Amino acid sequence: MSLDARPVLELRDATLAHGDRVLWHDLDLQMRPGEFIAVLGGNGSGKSSLLKAIIGQQALTAGSVMVAGKPVGGAARGSRAVGYVPQRISLDPAAALRVRDLVRLGVDGHRLGPGIFTARRTRRRVDALLDEVGATALADAPVSQLSGGEMQRVRIAEALAGEPELLLCDEPLAALDIGQSRRIVTLIDEYRRSHGTSVLFVTHDINAVLGIADRVLYLAGGRFRLGPPEEVLASATLTDLYGAPIDVFRTQGRVIIVAAADPGADRHDPHAGHDHEQATEAG
Amino acid sequence: MSWRDVIDFSDYGALVALLHNSIIAGAVLGLVGGLVGVFVMMRDLSFAVHGTSELSFAGAALALLLGVDVVIGSVIGSLAAALIFGALGIKARDRSSIIGVLMPFGLGLGVLFLSLYKGRGANKFGLLTGQIVSVDDPGLAWLTAVSVVVLLALAILWRPLLFATVDPEIAAARGVPVRALAPVFMILLGLTVAMSVKIIGALLVLALLVTPAAAAMRVTVSMLWVPVLSVIFAVTSMVGGIMLALGGRLPISPYITTISFVIYLVCRLIGRARTRRGWAARPASPRPG
Repeated sequence: MSLDARPVLELRDATLAHGDRVLWHDLDLQMRPGEFIAVLGGNGSGKSSLLKAIIGQQALTAGSVMVAGKPVGGAARGSRAVGYVPQRISLDPAAALRVRDLVRLGVDGHRLGPGIFTARRTRRRVDALLDEVGATALADAPVSQLSGGEMQRVRIAEALAGEPELLLCDEPLAALDIGQSRRIVTLIDEYRRSHGTSVLFVTHDINAVLGIADRVLYLAGGRFRLGPPEEVLASATLTDLYGAPIDVFRTQGRVIIVAAADPGADRHDPHAGHDHEQATEAG
Repeated sequence: MSWRDVIDFSDYGALVALLHNSIIAGAVLGLVGGLVGVFVMMRDLSFAVHGTSELSFAGAALALLLGVDVVIGSVIGSLAAALIFGALGIKARDRSSIIGVLMPFGLGLGVLFLSLYKGRGANKFGLLTGQIVSVDDPGLAWLTAVSVVVLLALAILWRPLLFATVDPEIAAARGVPVRALAPVFMILLGLTVAMSVKIIGALLVLALLVTPAAAAMRVTVSMLWVPVLSVIFAVTSMVGGIMLALGGRLPISPYITTISFVIYLVCRLIGRARTRRGWAARPASPRPG
């Protein structure tokens, strides 16, 4: 097996349950270098928990996780091979630091010592990262004064600082408008293509990553579907996954997922928040 | 009471020579306190500082009663507090309630020990409000040794501690032992509080561990300048306070707290002007995204 073929992320029979409630079970997933996988599902379907399990913050009920060929869990909490863009994008407003200070923590925050002797090299690296995400102008701004979109760029620079093999993004588009979302997705997509970084991208809005995601992992009702977008995002697949009739429409390059208009069925939107406006329009 | 009680510079040279140990002690405390204070502010531990200092006071009072070195008592008291707060109060809200419960108990114990103590009254009052004790040579050596330990630990842990403080989620994902760092920092904090109690008093430790860092954060957000300014402010308050207090007959703490407070006020005013102007040179219409 060549080095390139080694999966960046490998989940084997992974199961996560809180008490009796099974979030997902027997999840097998192998991510190739440079692959982009979108993770979809309603609130509470275990999307964020999946990322937490990958970074070792959440123990699996069963199964195993390997990141860059090394098992996660036990003493091995966290990994330098992983870059993580969290759901909560804002920092404590009391945190008095500049954008460059935050990105610097991504570069050398795990190292011991005050870092005085490497300051110059670190600074160049921070400048390069800010340039990469188009946030050079923000370098000396206090992080507390950034807008949502600006903060997300800085978060991505911080996550890329360790040159990760795997980038985990937990709803990085939450609270961003459509234009901002597109720029952030383009930024991540260009980076993974040029650097061969794998991206696991949790989102509510499949349309934001349509045409970019190589595969889709759809979590619902304790089960999952994994495959190419056109295969997973199909009426038959989702109807089977939810155990209730689901219609998937494709129009103008967008996907709209709605509970099928069945007079007898519960019209509850299966996606609690997913594409809510479109669901209302179409339904 | 006359002004000569407050400030009196006659025989000043002789007094400085006599109390130069206290001045050195003040400078060392300012250095350590200014640095520790940065993390106190960023980890939102002001209340924990106060709680730790009350338990340190209880320990010191017990030591006084038992005839042991006060310093040993205050170190044991504040380390106990640090470990309890560190172990029980991971979440901010839990921590506040635990501190709120333990602090009056510690203070009560301290008052009990002091009322049982039959020695000099000045010793009692001094634990709460500080005094220019003539810091003797062994005392200074002890203080310097503990300071070196705290400073070394801070120097080694600076970046991971900062990472774990401002961005715990990401730090944990990158393999920084975020949870283990919390009690480690509480121990450093406990040692700093114990050193400060004897000089500026249990009730006023906040003027050293909170005010200078809070003032620095009003005027800068640079991760380099916040600690530098915080140390400058803390050393200025400590040494300035001791120098002023030498001539008068008042305790040392009002001088320290007043200088510290004035610095904070000035920094607030500067910070306000700066906020109005905008903090950093950013383009008029920031880059979209």
